[in-house]
Amino acid sequence: MKHDTVIIGGGLTGLLAGISLQKAGQSTIIVSSGQNALHFFSGAFESISDLPSRVADTFAEAGVRVHYKEGVSLLPMGNFRKSFLSLEDLDIFPAAKFASKALVVNFMGYHDFFSSFIAEGLEKAGIQCRIRFLKLPEMEHLRQSPSEMRSVQIARTMDRIWEKVVQEIRMLIKDDDAVILPQVFGLQDTTVPGRIREAIPAKVVFTGTLPPSVPGVRTIMQLRRRYEVLGGTYLMGDQVIQAHAHGNTVHSVATKNLESHYLEGRSFILASGGFFSKGLISTPSRIYEPVFGLDIDYPEDRNSWYNPDFMGRQPYMEFGVKTDADLHAVSGGVPFSNLYAAGGILGYSSPGLGYAGGMAINSAFKVVDQILKDTKE
Amino acid sequence: MNLQEYTSSAYNFEECTKCTVCTAYCPVLGVNPLYPGPKQAGPDGERLRLKDPYFFNYALKYCMNCKRCEVACPSGVNVADLIQAARIKYENTKPKLRDVILANTDFMGTLARPFAPIVNGVTGLGITKSVLDATMKIDRHRTFPKYSARSFERWLGRRKKEQAEFPEQVAYYHGCYVNYNYPQLGKDLVKVLNALGVGVQLLDGEKCCGIAMITNKQTEHARKNASHNVEVLKQAVDAGLKVVTTSSSCTLTIRDEYPHLLGVDSSAIKDSLLLATRFIFEKLEKGSELKFKPDFHLKVAYHVPCHLEKLGWGVFSEKLLRMIPGVEFTLLDSNCCGIAGTYGFKKENYEFSQAIGAPLFEQIKTVNPDVVACDCETCKWQIEMSTPYSVKHPISIIAEALKDD
Repeated sequence: MKHDTVIIGGGLTGLLAGISLQKAGQSTIIVSSGQNALHFFSGAFESISDLPSRVADTFAEAGVRVHYKEGVSLLPMGNFRKSFLSLEDLDIFPAAKFASKALVVNFMGYHDFFSSFIAEGLEKAGIQCRIRFLKLPEMEHLRQSPSEMRSVQIARTMDRIWEKVVQEIRMLIKDDDAVILPQVFGLQDTTVPGRIREAIPAKVVFTGTLPPSVPGVRTIMQLRRRYEVLGGTYLMGDQVIQAHAHGNTVHSVATKNLESHYLEGRSFILASGGFFSKGLISTPSRIYEPVFGLDIDYPEDRNSWYNPDFMGRQPYMEFGVKTDADLHAVSGGVPFSNLYAAGGILGYSSPGLGYAGGMAINSAFKVVDQILKDTKE
Repeated sequence: MNLQEYTSSAYNFEECTKCTVCTAYCPVLGVNPLYPGPKQAGPDGERLRLKDPYFFNYALKYCMNCKRCEVACPSGVNVADLIQAARIKYENTKPKLRDVILANTDFMGTLARPFAPIVNGVTGLGITKSVLDATMKIDRHRTFPKYSARSFERWLGRRKKEQAEFPEQVAYYHGCYVNYNYPQLGKDLVKVLNALGVGVQLLDGEKCCGIAMITNKQTEHARKNASHNVEVLKQAVDAGLKVVTTSSSCTLTIRDEYPHLLGVDSSAIKDSLLLATRFIFEKLEKGSELKFKPDFHLKVAYHVPCHLEKLGWGVFSEKLLRMIPGVEFTLLDSNCCGIAGTYGFKKENYEFSQAIGAPLFEQIKTVNPDVVACDCETCKWQIEMSTPYSVKHPISIIAEALKDD
């Protein structure tokens, strides 16, 4: 099967690149080995400190509502972090003390939202807190399998009954000027978080839960739909297992499901993610990239791969595949002419690209520009 | 004491990182609170079951085996295999008469076909549906597929000589549905393949693939069918033939469920067993041509069946449909229709089955196509019962669009 560009990896990077290339008139195909890191998404595209109009437009055309502000956002563990570009679900405050009295609301039986940690964090920031649990008859069915009372299941119910939750909260509010809620709203209907904010007479702050991330799941659905509407082909649950190259030019890849039916392309993007997504694989003796065997910089001594301080900065997070300045991937010291690396597989060591969501966005657009330039020549 | 016995499984449950992604994509978990969900039922449960079968949970019967958990899993865990294999190993219930009847599609087809007009009339009656509902717990809302008076095997058998004259030959595993209920799909396939210069042969006595037997606790019967089918498929493959199929679920069963769940090795025939859409796409890619009607126009909404998503071959149907001049194509969002073969026929599952399909039905109504395209027979029944739209196999749409000689 022939396409202009074959994209390996269907997360944020792969989808943004795919959408942009489709818009530029290319035919593309995405191979995604299962779901992606957006399922653990806080809502903040970290490390991106401006909002170019092409990024804003790409999100807006897919129906993904983002906002850009400089400030801090409240994390699931009750601490604050500097944030810029975020999904609208996530509030950005000028400073940590964004209210004087906060009502933290959780649902009875829901263990993936740490209300007491959040309250503790807010108290530290000088905000008085009360925690209340809601018990709604419409949610009782979820409690039958307590281990599966998770964000997405609650969100499915909330799409139907969010107005009832608003009523309950209105009754709980006294002189609180902020209400903290878990991010379990607006899985299908993106207008719900905004309508909740309007209906409650206090500042409503949606805060992250344990995975799966409801805003993340929704974002991936929106981006994938947009990509497919533009004519892109998305192969979910398939995996690239082998590449075929002549010299430094890749001409096709083989996948687990398509077997002998190769995917041919003029250009290839490797956006297969980091260690979690198996874009990079670590064994006791080495770290490697499984499809192309790309070069990776890392120290030989395994003890220096990680920091014994678990919460500290971990060196392995910086390991990534080597590229030239234009993101052509490098193998045996030689850059491929038509293979580009983008997103988590670059590690955190590429200067100027940032990290996490910001790096996904920056590198996706950079690779798209480079492909359009290289294929024009 | 052999510790390994209590810790290792034939399935890769230890690859699970507990990321919970599968729980967001399980159609059953979203509607049925009795189901523990893929993570709990699959890898989490396996760890406990290995220690003591006491931990087997009978609620695993609510799993539809749609495989969406496996498609979503970022770590490649065979979640649905873990669940179905546990049911085969630990579920100590005998199948009910109802489940035997629902699962034995070829036996029922053989019985019913000669009396097709009578059987179709009787199963269509409200009173029959009420009786089946009350006595056998087959939901009264369901419509049984109609039986065809003449089987596909008989139809193609009569054209053996004519088909043998084509320069290239394939064998066709048609499955129960084409044979007993809807021979037209088989005829459409023959028309399209003939237009490509390919003649179609029957296998030497295929049997039901057994998918419904696997999920309805008739494992031994499924295993017998599996061994038989691998044998007749191998005869065709050894004779140098590719074997094409039109049912995505039969194909998945023979390729993957035989070795994974029944312990029947199908590797000898795996590479030669292809969905017809893939076979046709590859022919066209190599330069063969199909001539289409110049004035054809059809608005098509394409639903990828769950088992086709698992196979990863929906792309061939999609690309073929897009290729037909005059087709206005919409790819429907990835959702389950809720029927899952015999699952939705059971009274206890009916409501859940309809709730699972609701987003798909809604989207179809919004798109308002002339026809819904789908490669799966049971999705077809479900969508036709739950929406005002008719459903056609992509092969039938290609056949319809072909220029008549």
